[in-house]
Amino acid sequence: MASDHITSDMIESSEFPFLAVKYNVHGVPHTVINEEHSIVGAQSDTEFAHAVLKAIGK
Amino acid sequence: MAVLKEKDKEKVANIFKGIEKDVKVAMFTQEMECPRCEMTRTMLEEVSGLSEKLSLEVHDFVAKADLAKKYGVDKIPATVVSGDKDYGIRFYGVPAGYEFNVLIEDIMDVGKRDPGLSNEVMTELAKVDKPVHMQVLISPT
Repeated sequence: MASDHITSDMIESSEFPFLAVKYNVHGVPHTVINEEHSIVGAQSDTEFAHAVLKAIGK
Repeated sequence: MAVLKEKDKEKVANIFKGIEKDVKVAMFTQEMECPRCEMTRTMLEEVSGLSEKLSLEVHDFVAKADLAKKYGVDKIPATVVSGDKDYGIRFYGVPAGYEFNVLIEDIMDVGKRDPGLSNEVMTELAKVDKPVHMQVLISPT
């Protein structure tokens, strides 16, 4: 909601096991940003914001 | 068959009193429903019945392939929570267990048109000028 550029999916990994394999998920929550950046574990909103900016090179 | 317990329905209906603006929930399923699709649809039908400000649209993933594409929905069951516009909020799979709380929180955020983030985080996210697709993989609890 904070940005029109961001879409966010919550994915039940047990229902979509191919995605858990694709993204090499061993622990949850496992966040994938733009297919190539992964964050494992719960993060604060500030940490998520920084990870998002880092993923787009800012 | 009902998914939500009466006690939980009461709690959620009480929380939903705080919804200020209309919230749209769209769900994608298919004609021959997978068990998880049916469970998601039943749950969303029950949830959307708890507030007049909530509406639910159920779409066939195959027959409405164009709409699914517009929403970027590529698997089912899929749940989209939106308001005056699409905020990019999607749930794939049954939003049960802990995810049920997240679904209710998201409905409240959209209902208030306020993501509930600090000014600092809002300022940071305002710098985003390219598409960002976040996928949070979680497991049932």
